[in-house]
Amino acid sequence: MKKVAFEHIGETVFEKKLANGLQVVILPKPDFNKTFATFTTNYGSIDNQFIPIGKQEKIRVPDGIAHFLEHKLFEKEDGDVFQDFSKQGASANAFTSFTRTAYLFSTTQDVKQNLMTLLDFVQEPYFTDQTVEKEKGIIGQEIRMYDDNPDWRVYYGVIENMYENHPVKIDIAGTVESIAEISKELLYECYETFYHPSNMLLFVIGPVNENKILHLVEENQAKKSFKPEQPIQRFFEREKSGVVQKKQVISMAVKTPKCLVGFKENQVNRQGKEWIEHELAVNLLLDLMFGQSSANYETLYEQGLIDSSFFYDYTEERSFGFSVIGGNTEQPEKLSETLLNMVNEFRKKKINEDEFLRVKRKHLGAVLRSLNSLEFIANEYTRYQFNDTNLFHVTKAIEDLTIEDVETVLHEHFVEPSFTACYVVPH
Amino acid sequence: MALLEKRTEIYPHYRVHVVPINKFKTISLIVHMRQSIKDENLAKRALMPYVLQSATENLPSAKEIRQHLEQLYGMTLSVDLMKKGDYHVIAFRAEIGHEKFLLTEENILEKAVELLADVILRPKGRIEKAFDPEVVRKEKRSLKQKIQAIYDDKIRYANMRLIEEMFENDPYGQIVYGNLEEIDAIDEHSLFTYYEQALVRDSIDLYVVGDVSHHDIQPLIKKHFTFPPERKEHVHAASQSNLLLHRDAKEVIDEQEVNQGKLNIGYRTNTRFQDEDYSALQVFNGIFGGFSHSKLFINVREKESLAYYASSQIESHKGLLIVMSGIDPANYQLTLAIIREQMEKMKRGDFTDDELLQTKTMLVNQWLESVDDPRGIVNFLYNEIIANRTASLDDMIQGIERVTREDVVNVAKKIELDTIYFLKGKEAGKVEKSSV
Repeated sequence: MKKVAFEHIGETVFEKKLANGLQVVILPKPDFNKTFATFTTNYGSIDNQFIPIGKQEKIRVPDGIAHFLEHKLFEKEDGDVFQDFSKQGASANAFTSFTRTAYLFSTTQDVKQNLMTLLDFVQEPYFTDQTVEKEKGIIGQEIRMYDDNPDWRVYYGVIENMYENHPVKIDIAGTVESIAEISKELLYECYETFYHPSNMLLFVIGPVNENKILHLVEENQAKKSFKPEQPIQRFFEREKSGVVQKKQVISMAVKTPKCLVGFKENQVNRQGKEWIEHELAVNLLLDLMFGQSSANYETLYEQGLIDSSFFYDYTEERSFGFSVIGGNTEQPEKLSETLLNMVNEFRKKKINEDEFLRVKRKHLGAVLRSLNSLEFIANEYTRYQFNDTNLFHVTKAIEDLTIEDVETVLHEHFVEPSFTACYVVPH
Repeated sequence: MALLEKRTEIYPHYRVHVVPINKFKTISLIVHMRQSIKDENLAKRALMPYVLQSATENLPSAKEIRQHLEQLYGMTLSVDLMKKGDYHVIAFRAEIGHEKFLLTEENILEKAVELLADVILRPKGRIEKAFDPEVVRKEKRSLKQKIQAIYDDKIRYANMRLIEEMFENDPYGQIVYGNLEEIDAIDEHSLFTYYEQALVRDSIDLYVVGDVSHHDIQPLIKKHFTFPPERKEHVHAASQSNLLLHRDAKEVIDEQEVNQGKLNIGYRTNTRFQDEDYSALQVFNGIFGGFSHSKLFINVREKESLAYYASSQIESHKGLLIVMSGIDPANYQLTLAIIREQMEKMKRGDFTDDELLQTKTMLVNQWLESVDDPRGIVNFLYNEIIANRTASLDDMIQGIERVTREDVVNVAKKIELDTIYFLKGKEAGKVEKSSV
């Protein structure tokens, strides 16, 4: 087991890659009451074209199947795994993102038993025709719930505008029609391919002893047999640079319109240090351009174009990347034009050194704040590992970032051909 | 050892609660200002903190305040409004990185205390006795937008409508933001007058959570938190919140262009935080709808596939139990019948020993986990103030452990159906009303 101490933030991590390929990471936090564990596969809603393990032919699976699989793993022949966890004093949950599916629990008692339950339920699938059919009703209601959520709709609207083929534009849960095509055979095929231990990471954080935890996990894994590790072949159709559609308007039962604009990242598949630096650079630029301390924010707020719902965010994962900016507004069209103008103006000027240093300080503090949360550490550590780097390198990366780095990203990412907008307006 | 150490000091003007705890990488400073919602202009009360956080004497614009926050390593400062029983609570929350993790020579903790005190006590316009009219104008608009935003979030909207219907004749029925007409009527003078009153009348509690000693933080607070001389009485013990009186159950159906129907049901529990049987009520809620092993989740979602979410929660100070579910409108009667049947089962004691034990374990878990988060700690400690009952975390946990099956049945029998609220789509066709 490898021990890595990150003294600057007072954390020590223990890591080991097991014989079957499973990556195990343990972070002892003796002062906390709860232990939080995540078991994550590097597989999400975008992985819809691949060669199934042990086969030759590429297949395309129905939209929403990764999320469906996440729901279905909780059901076993003798009942529901949620029940097992709560009998053992743990609350369990799971989520599916574009690129990851995570199963998790938190508990203040019996970590050992709950950890075994977590490993076993994820590694012992049980799907029948009948239980697959039943789940379609529940997920159908989940999809309906999001259909009524204007924030969700405007977010997907802007992504849809950016991409021609890339599956990131498809709702993670799929549609009522697409999930109708899901069968137990397809679920098994996805499962066998993407839930191989070598594609997964187990993270345990809390008042635990690293040696005991590792021993338990090794013992559990040694009892199970898996196919030999083999690289997964996933396929994404080529995306041209620039966006597909400049504007989309969605009409819904809302009182306040919404406007979200986005910039599509054209260069994708960064990993490691390059990925962290790029993500940080875009985030720092967003702060400089539209943070609450910026002149632009003040102007937008004064003109009544934005309110406290205004936000921005950058997401970059394997094969796609985009930033989004916006929120509730009385004048979506005007907000969209103003945001684009502001970006264009910002690109013409030099970045102010003092502002740059201030925004870096802000990010350093934000890292500390987020490290109060065990959930944050587990989820983000996993995300960073899947992008071939370490969460705790982020403070160093912030310190090392230069104005020149940020300016390069400004001229590559925040350009007009990559710009698009989506509005939600009242009926 | 107690699960949570804290030290409370009562000053002439306010109380300070320090929780010295070294598991966090930040220090949290949280101020709660509390006032009874009865006869209160909630719009003024809601607008005030947003105006305060936008301009101080030292930093006369939101931009300057935000720049200062960034300079202090991204210190956060935010405002929140809550209803806690019959009280309206304004929370100012600040959080700053601990100096030991930041390579800085500045005393950033003192600067954080100073800024928070400036926001609350030394706003721009203090001498003129009027806030900046531009700030008031902008924040009025922003507050109105917050009210409108509730309509757009159908889950929140349905919940607001239910509370409105349950409390049509009780000030608790209002939302924390006040109403649009009241907001329109506010100007920079009337708001300042309200602010001066609030500084004199409100009960104020200041919480400090993080790796800092009482000894170090106390002088900083004393130095920067200087209240007006008129403020004499610091803390009034909270009076008990009124329970809703018994009445016949009613059913309300609203229509909007939505895909999913939102079924929210309100019950009167007749049990509050300070009551002996509060622990039993928590266990009741856990078996009934609080968890994924609960009756609602199992019967509405897992067995019948009627919903993605189906759960219940309790309001601890006003004595409410709220059931929430998102369903296909065609299944309205069926879902309602299943939910009501689960309630009847609870009253009959039709639950297993496993369900009881499992729920108690989960509740203990929840209490222990709540203090792994600075805000969770403050919420926990503040409940004591609102309920005027001293209860340590250890007491709460022991209370849960002592609950028996009979206690749960007895507390269930006190629960009464008050209002069934259903929000449905316009195309959904006619929904048969139920016979409540």
